Amino acid sequence: MTTTTTGRSAAAGTTTGTTATSAAAGTTLRGRLTALGRAEVALLARNRTAVFVSLLMPAAMVLAMKSTLKQSVLDGTGLSVAAAALTGGIGIVLIQAVYMNLVSSYVARREDLVLKRLRTGEVTDREILVGTALPSVALALAQTAVIVVAGTAFFGLAAPQRPELLVAGLLLGVVLLAALAAATSAVTRTVQTSQLTTLPLFFISMMGSGLFVPLEIMPDPMASVCELLPVTGVMTLVRTGWLGGAEGSDLLVAALTGLAWTAFAVFAVQRRFRWDPRR
Amino acid sequence: MAPATSASSSAPTSVSASGAVIEAAGVRRRYAGGFEAVAGVSFSVARGELFALLGTNGAGKTSTVELLEGLARPDTGTVRVLGHDPFRERAAVRPRIGVMLQEGGFPSELTVTETVRMWAGCTSGARPTGEALELVGLGHRARVRVKQLSGGERRRLDLALALLGRPEVLFLDEPTTGLDAEGRRDTWELVRELRDGGTTVLLTTHYLEEAETLADRLAIMHRGRIVTAGTTAEVTAARPARIRFELPQGVPPARLPLGLRAAAEGHRIEIRTHRLQESLDELLTWARESGVRLLGLDARSASLEEAFLDIAQSASESEKVAA
Repeated sequence: MTTTTTGRSAAAGTTTGTTATSAAAGTTLRGRLTALGRAEVALLARNRTAVFVSLLMPAAMVLAMKSTLKQSVLDGTGLSVAAAALTGGIGIVLIQAVYMNLVSSYVARREDLVLKRLRTGEVTDREILVGTALPSVALALAQTAVIVVAGTAFFGLAAPQRPELLVAGLLLGVVLLAALAAATSAVTRTVQTSQLTTLPLFFISMMGSGLFVPLEIMPDPMASVCELLPVTGVMTLVRTGWLGGAEGSDLLVAALTGLAWTAFAVFAVQRRFRWDPRR
Repeated sequence: MAPATSASSSAPTSVSASGAVIEAAGVRRRYAGGFEAVAGVSFSVARGELFALLGTNGAGKTSTVELLEGLARPDTGTVRVLGHDPFRERAAVRPRIGVMLQEGGFPSELTVTETVRMWAGCTSGARPTGEALELVGLGHRARVRVKQLSGGERRRLDLALALLGRPEVLFLDEPTTGLDAEGRRDTWELVRELRDGGTTVLLTTHYLEEAETLADRLAIMHRGRIVTAGTTAEVTAARPARIRFELPQGVPPARLPLGLRAAAEGHRIEIRTHRLQESLDELLTWARESGVRLLGLDARSASLEEAFLDIAQSASESEKVAA
């Protein structure tokens, strides 16, 4: 009992000595994001379900797609089964690792009052959202790299034709999906219900944005509607970046669609994001 | 005793003309549902002062403190911390204040050390992790996951984070709720050391003893308003002292000396008096002369508790009258 007290007082006493040296040290943006990101990495590593879903689901989906998609369906589109499956796989990675993962992270931190506590400190609101997203984004980019390397080495695909487009598409994709995740968290009550609230975008993207069903095999009117879906623009950039093909005007439409959805998502986050628990 | 803080005299002193470090003037806060949690609150806290906001649950303490912490902006009125608007000028205020929320959260899967390290990365001039934990007596729990901490240990961790940046101004929202008696005393001692070191402290509590032992000045809130404010002595000055005892069977309350204002409930007697010594003298003399034994005799001066209960009671009574 008394030992605790003496220990504390001693510690309190030593602090005066260190005050002068460290009082002026401010924090940097990089330092703050690193601190938040590092904590999120530890949390992600301890969340086995999330790791399992992030790592294995894309692989499983790519395999499922490869075995169900018939080459005859793709005749005339210029796509091989492997090309369709692997570029679709990048989209699945973005949806799984960034979007679905982050919705549950944001909701979990909010319900645990972590967001509220963080907001009393020096970090800005934007830094909290970005810092929380960093590990998921890094994981998604690493998985994408694995897919590209595997595609070129084992599945007979060419190296990315226009790497700058691939990178631009990926960057737009992670920003868009992180913003959509933050927006979705606002309408999600608990971590459990995030499995439901993330389903609409998951299915719409799977079916309509070329993740599972290539847009090339859709009837024209349907394809032109699907081009306006949130993830389609990103997918067009990614696919063209890897496989080449699309024209300048198509790419412009794709980029603008992606940017418009990103702007919409960011706007929604600014207006509707919830920092306090939904109780 | 060496101070636990730096509350540095070298820091820029950007305070208002009045010299107050914390200022609230005519502050109101209404929630989305229309409930007005803060209904016109004004007070100020000078540098190095420890100010306590007291009140029952739902009195508006936390709603008020959140405005000063910059978590929300008041609907009307102004708040200033270190001369700045804590909401709009968050970046200027935050590095110089420490906050302990009434209910703060930490990721449950992180260890105590990882939590402090994360926070340190986001705090200017952060103390070393070990030092911060020793300060609140959590050194031996450094490698434990947050989810395995007891409620009291969690409060200590929260306090460690609030103190991490050696803040000039400290906001403590019910810092000892959930602590055992020993933990409470440890926290009191630490807060006192910080205050002695020059830290300005705004504390909310519903433990009257806590406010009585720690606060230089205090305010009692009720239904969104400050009902009374001042030093403990000032707040209790107008209140009567109290004598309680039980009369033995066969001694009716009517036999008590006439000079005493007594309220009887069966054989239990309560006397309220502004002249405690004289009243006790009268009572004890009477008891000796009439050979009456006073059971469970208890006499005490006016305390904050009396003042507090009185205020809560009279406030709700006047509301009943008005309604």
